[in-house]
Amino acid sequence: MLQSMFRLEARTAPSRSAKWLSPLIAIAAMIACGFVLFWLLGKDPVAALRAFFIEPVATRYGIGELLLKASPLALIGTGLAIGYRANVWNIGAEGQLAAGAIAGGGVALALDGTAGAWVLPAMFVAGALGGIAWAAIPAFLRTRCNANEILTSLMLVYIATLLLSLLVHGVWRDPEGFNFPQSRMFAASALLPNILEGTRLNAGALLTLFAVALAWVFTQRSFVGFEMRVAGLAPDAARYAGISAPRMVWLGMLIGGACAGVAGVGEIAGPIGQLLPSVSPGYGFAAIIVAFVGRLHPVGVLLASLLMSLLYLGGESAQLELNLPSSVTGMFQGTLLFFLLAADVLIHYRVRVGVRAASRSTPARA
Amino acid sequence: MTDTLVQIVVLTLAAGTPLVIAALGELVVEKSGVLNLGVEGMMLIGAVAAFIVTVHTHGSWLGVVAGIAAGAAMALVFGVITLTLKANQVATGLALSLFGVGLSAFVGLPYVAAVVEPIKSVDLGWLSRLPVAGPLLFAHNPLVYASLALCAGVEWFLFHTRGGLIVRAVGESPQSAHAIGYRVIAIRYAAVLFGGGCAGLAGAYLSLAFTPLWSEGMTAGRGWIALALVVFATWKPLRVLAGAWLFGAVTLAQFQIQAAGVDIPAQLLAMLPYAATIVVLALISRDATAIRRNSPASLGKPFHPET
Repeated sequence: MLQSMFRLEARTAPSRSAKWLSPLIAIAAMIACGFVLFWLLGKDPVAALRAFFIEPVATRYGIGELLLKASPLALIGTGLAIGYRANVWNIGAEGQLAAGAIAGGGVALALDGTAGAWVLPAMFVAGALGGIAWAAIPAFLRTRCNANEILTSLMLVYIATLLLSLLVHGVWRDPEGFNFPQSRMFAASALLPNILEGTRLNAGALLTLFAVALAWVFTQRSFVGFEMRVAGLAPDAARYAGISAPRMVWLGMLIGGACAGVAGVGEIAGPIGQLLPSVSPGYGFAAIIVAFVGRLHPVGVLLASLLMSLLYLGGESAQLELNLPSSVTGMFQGTLLFFLLAADVLIHYRVRVGVRAASRSTPARA
Repeated sequence: MTDTLVQIVVLTLAAGTPLVIAALGELVVEKSGVLNLGVEGMMLIGAVAAFIVTVHTHGSWLGVVAGIAAGAAMALVFGVITLTLKANQVATGLALSLFGVGLSAFVGLPYVAAVVEPIKSVDLGWLSRLPVAGPLLFAHNPLVYASLALCAGVEWFLFHTRGGLIVRAVGESPQSAHAIGYRVIAIRYAAVLFGGGCAGLAGAYLSLAFTPLWSEGMTAGRGWIALALVVFATWKPLRVLAGAWLFGAVTLAQFQIQAAGVDIPAQLLAMLPYAATIVVLALISRDATAIRRNSPASLGKPFHPET
């Protein structure tokens, strides 16, 4: 196939510079793709890219929105990255987010009218537990029944969102809501305080920063974090060293679930302020991309979440200004991950251009 | 009574068909040692491509071809990234699914309210109108027959031909296959393209025959269920058939129970296929030896001749 034009030569050690260069290449390639796409759609590419990537964050309010959307992405991405490092493939964060929103929202509705400062903490604890409970199912099935956690965690996304829809269409429906499928608006005590005047940014962002700092300590400085990395990089060595594989699965899944659950509460106690049939525009899935683009490192995840948040804002702006469907966001997100994975080849291989003379690796027909 | 039973069987086959087709494609891919988690994305792209082409050309068979081609094109992207550039197959498959969801929603938006001439069930004259045997055997959608032929074909190819033996050898031990002179990467490319074509066909069946319309995310997780079916079937084509029909029946039960007027919320019923997938996957995976004996040894591992 392509081997004749260029070939890959294994590096003796993974390149550190390529590891961080690759996301930048991917971003550049994604923007180039966007340029071509907008041009094909008959839009002025420069103006379109401006509307997509610059105008959304040209105002103070816009910056607030950027941080507001980046917060759940960074939180979930951080949790997922910890699991992915240990080769625990939790792709059901969207469901764990919904489960967290159900648990936290249930607390808010049950305590409605209570004006205690403990209402919010209770909601977040409930949300974390909800996410943990939802992530515990694939962890249990993987450790006890050997069932692939990718498939089970994804199936649980559908079940969680249906459960949320069932609740807001049923028992939690606002009696004064003109029959719309939505819960009552939460009381002030169940809403996160605003932290930046003139924007919608709330204290959830501080929680995310705290979680990311905690994750940095956990992955870079703790023994358990080290064990999880070993389990991911060299499963055989990990087993030999006595690292329990089921324990890694449980930790990886539950940390991801807790983060997603907290992010779910952050949404309903923040910008949404009530329970709706859908409480997330796919943050749980976008966070998978955030984790990879952020190189599974807490700081990288933080930066990647800003980029992914910008893609959400760009999609909304494209809808308003360019008359394009907001699903263009999903395309950009997918394209970014493709380019990233393709550019990652540079970490482990050198690319040599040109036809090789005497070929060792082309097999001779026996 | 018989009529109702016949009706249930016919609808079960119709609901199971996209799962049969997509799962058989993925089975061949996995037999060659490649794990493509992008089935959901390829299926959606197949569905939307088939629908759009049919809207513009009024030819539903042209649409089917477009669906297959679009699925294969998506698979080609996956192939370039995982086979040529040696990227992680799990991550790339996820990317393919996420990308497929976004791209299909984007290009499909203007067609949400469009209508197409659906692919009609076959009509073999008096044969199709026989009592019981007619609807059971001679009046299905052409793609239902195609799925049966595909199953027989995959079974025959994988286990009764030299080509199938080579594909399986590549999946079990790419190093050995390479050493005796087979082109591992080229064979894997072929398998991945075949899987993409099948996923595209399954999508085309959804948007042109099963529910002839386009709506965002219309596959509703069927691509993921197809992936689970391959494990459920322990990589055996005939068991894919049984599993897919079982899931068809579960999907159907949801509508049947509702139609019967049982007072269960729609959302609870809609959970059935997903819950069933989890339960079945857990039960089948418990038998670790059966999984290990049947799953291709190199599944999901990249191959580079020099390592």
